[in-house]
Amino acid sequence: MSSYTLGILMLAGINLVAVLGLSLLTGFTGLFSFGHAGFMAIGAYVGAFLTVSPARDIPGLGLPLIVGVLGGGAAAGLVSWLVGRITLNLKGDYFCIATLGFGEATRLVFNNVQRFGGSRGWPLGATRDMGDIWIILAVDVVAVILVANLVKSRHGRNMIAIREEELASQVTGIDVFRYKMVSLVISAILAGAAGVLLGNYLTFINPKIFNLTKSTELIIIVIFGGLGSISGSVLGALLLTALPEVLRFFEIWRLVFYGAAVILIMISRPQGLLGGMELTPSGIRKILAERRARLALRAEAARETAEGGSR
Amino acid sequence: MLTVRDIHVSYGGIRALKGVSLRVEKGEIVTIIGANGAGKSTLLNAISGFLRLGSGDILYQDKPLPKRPDRVVRAGICHVPEGRLVFANLTVEDNLRMGAYLRRDKAAIAADLEKVFGLFPRLKERQRQIAGTLSGGEQQMLAMGRALMTDGDLVLMDEPSLGLAPLLVQTVFDIILEIRALGKTILLVEQNAYKALDAADRAYVLEQGRIVKEGPAAEVKADPSVRAAYLGTESNQAG
Repeated sequence: MSSYTLGILMLAGINLVAVLGLSLLTGFTGLFSFGHAGFMAIGAYVGAFLTVSPARDIPGLGLPLIVGVLGGGAAAGLVSWLVGRITLNLKGDYFCIATLGFGEATRLVFNNVQRFGGSRGWPLGATRDMGDIWIILAVDVVAVILVANLVKSRHGRNMIAIREEELASQVTGIDVFRYKMVSLVISAILAGAAGVLLGNYLTFINPKIFNLTKSTELIIIVIFGGLGSISGSVLGALLLTALPEVLRFFEIWRLVFYGAAVILIMISRPQGLLGGMELTPSGIRKILAERRARLALRAEAARETAEGGSR
Repeated sequence: MLTVRDIHVSYGGIRALKGVSLRVEKGEIVTIIGANGAGKSTLLNAISGFLRLGSGDILYQDKPLPKRPDRVVRAGICHVPEGRLVFANLTVEDNLRMGAYLRRDKAAIAADLEKVFGLFPRLKERQRQIAGTLSGGEQQMLAMGRALMTDGDLVLMDEPSLGLAPLLVQTVFDIILEIRALGKTILLVEQNAYKALDAADRAYVLEQGRIVKEGPAAEVKADPSVRAAYLGTESNQAG
């Protein structure tokens, strides 16, 4: 594999970590966030502080990458808990705006922290280590297993109930606030871990990387892949990370085509690639069974119309 | 059983409840009537813990009522929200089972499910149907059934007759009486004051966030000012 392809794969793998978290929050709990780049930024900076060599201009602690990933994720999770305490009581749209504000505020804070390079950014290391693909893949696997098991558990079902009908969940005794919080913190931990991996991949971070566009990109991938589908998120992260590269052929117009492609697909499949479906053996059996039921229903309707006509 | 003492609630800069006190005794049907925006739903939402109290307190069975919605359910108060709000993608039976979310006693849950089906034969017929495909009246019954599945002793009902056909309105009020006969206590918020006062033992009239009148339902119903404001003449409300 060329290092170019490998690079795209690494980026897709990094995006996937953040996307899986957002998929849990948005696709399974029904909370839209436009501020997850903020959690990525917190992860990236804490991760950088833990991993950058003490010998560099802006020094760090020189710990291994995996420590950075865990520390960055934990820091983002902690901050999300604080953010959640004050924002999770807000209703849908207001929560969404609050996360947007949080994301931008976080970016501006890092813009002004000179210890971490401020707006000039922070050069982290000399060269990119392509071997880190294995660490990225490992984090991906852990994240998929974590989220997939969570949504099947009692906790996950509570989240889905909240997504489906919040007030009804409340009157049946589900602790809505708590499960929203669990979902938010896990999604922030994953975003933070993704931030660390992204910094490590780019070998340089500055606050601008974690702007609103980054948050939007993540939510587009989740919606494009299909709300309530983990396989959809995986597929979405792969396709939408690769798409701008495939479109390089169009040079300066490529982002226009990227936008157009996303619009076209959303028009033809409003539920996203795999909304509510999973590409697992049992998930596929379910899709096929539903398809058979639909076809049978249609055949029956057609037969009735035919009979009606002959009468 | 339930004592609400001088509660104030405001949200969005609006003072929705300005010192409301009321009590509900075990086995009673108590109704709160009042115009749109008088604060009726706010009162139920405050009891259920959806809204924070500005001041005042709520006692349930002589103990302070918890302030979080899930703990209120645990304490034994179940809320039938306005606008029904069932889980549209689940079957009727699964919706009812969701009501038993906090319960672990499988045998008692199964017995209560039968009890609910006995009360609502329509729901039994449609046991396996997806709740989103039910009619408005059936969804209202499902929301009531789900509340009963929590096994709470006090049922809060928010506008159960809203948007239902006249015939179904009567059914809903018949069911409210049957629910009381099961040993439940009911606090009912209604715009259909005529029907609510017929069903209730006692009534409160809420106006702009304040209780302006209270007493036995028959007395409130006979009150000239109440008649003028909420009942009109009997003939055009009876249907």
